[in-house]
Amino acid sequence: MEFLQNLLLLFRYLIAGTWVTLGVTAIALSTGFGVGILLATFRVYGGAMLRTIAALYSLVIRAVPVIVVIFILYFVIARFVDLSPFLSGSLALGIASGAYQSEVFRGAILSVPPGQMLAARAIGMSRVKAIRYIILPQALRLSIPPWSNEAAIVLKDSSLVYVIGVAEILRRAEYVSARTLQPFIAFGAAALIYFSLTFLTNRALDWLEQRYRVLM
Amino acid sequence: MSDPPILHIEDLYKSYQDSEIIKGISFVVQEKEVVVIIGPSGTGKSTLLRCINLLTRPDKGKIWLEDQEITAPHTNVDKIRQRIGMVFQDFNLFNHMTALQNVTIGMTRVLKMKSTEARDKGMWELERVGLSEKAHQYPAQLSGGQKQRVAIARALGMNPHIMLFDEPTSALDPELIGEVLGVMQKLAEEGMTMLVVTHEMGFAREVSDRIIFMENGYIVEQGPPKKMFYNPELERTRNFLWKITELYGKQEEKEQ
Repeated sequence: MEFLQNLLLLFRYLIAGTWVTLGVTAIALSTGFGVGILLATFRVYGGAMLRTIAALYSLVIRAVPVIVVIFILYFVIARFVDLSPFLSGSLALGIASGAYQSEVFRGAILSVPPGQMLAARAIGMSRVKAIRYIILPQALRLSIPPWSNEAAIVLKDSSLVYVIGVAEILRRAEYVSARTLQPFIAFGAAALIYFSLTFLTNRALDWLEQRYRVLM
Repeated sequence: MSDPPILHIEDLYKSYQDSEIIKGISFVVQEKEVVVIIGPSGTGKSTLLRCINLLTRPDKGKIWLEDQEITAPHTNVDKIRQRIGMVFQDFNLFNHMTALQNVTIGMTRVLKMKSTEARDKGMWELERVGLSEKAHQYPAQLSGGQKQRVAIARALGMNPHIMLFDEPTSALDPELIGEVLGVMQKLAEEGMTMLVVTHEMGFAREVSDRIIFMENGYIVEQGPPKKMFYNPELERTRNFLWKITELYGKQEEKEQ
């Protein structure tokens, strides 16, 4: 009985961290989404300058471990701008994810048939309007499966922010493990929560994909 | 002359890399005229249409749309294209939108019409091509002929002053060609100015006011269909028309 009570306590404690994890993930994914869409559009439709900037960003960020980006943002940038550990961790993950998402969106944009742009221009749409109303809506639908993969990675990578002291799931599991000296139960519970979150996210995105499937 | 022609092309040239596709083409399309361009594949017919709505920039020469020289530098290309309807060989309907949305997107986003107004006009344009009952279907749910009719409705929705058709029936199964040609014939009868690249000799003969025969980037001969079919000036024209009528005519017979 006491064991069960402790378990309940453990989960309650970890679930408080789950909200933090979800917060970090949400901020990171949406930042990465904005950055990713912008960079992908630059890379496909931009001039030489924008294309180079976007390609460099993607090249550099993807070559650096995410944890290094987190450290740079927290220990360097956050000294000049007022950023909490929570926010700098989330943004760092977003900056990193932006590079990966830009690759996802770029591939999706390129797989929209070229006739779509022609037809949009032919009814008098500007390039920007054609991208916004015709190309991106189709590219976004196409990118749901690879994006769902990226979402799972970011969700799991959100555990990295524990190194700068954000009390998310992993950090809390570590506290519990240190207090109870039962690492298996503490980290096992953390793993279970991560699994459920990833599973549910993927399911939700699968549903979204079915719902907005476009046949070409 | 009081009114300028709808379209006036003067000495147009266009090359891609080393190969010259269009080598000095001039002609005029008057209001309400239906002009059909015929000729072997790869003779620059599609390139010519793309030059006219500036999807490709010609290298040399001038194009006037009504009284505006559209090849002049710093023209507003988007505004010009609104006046030119374009129908593609492979339809290019917007895949993520219903038939109705395909027709209304240009009205709301380009012409800035209110959405209720656009909806009404969109339904009317679909009615015009006989597809109002398919308004809420997606392109993937439509046959090729229906897709092309929606594409025509989409172009009509912008109230174009001239319609360009780039082999509108070439990607269609033979049994679906008729419905598209029927819509085009109706448009012609309503007085739409049309410039049509096609291999459909029946349409050229019955509907067009003038046939332009193009080969190797030049206009070889042009004239009213009767003259072109029965009394062309050049042996080459006679040969081509004879061959293509034979080819497509046989196909028609087989279907019956």
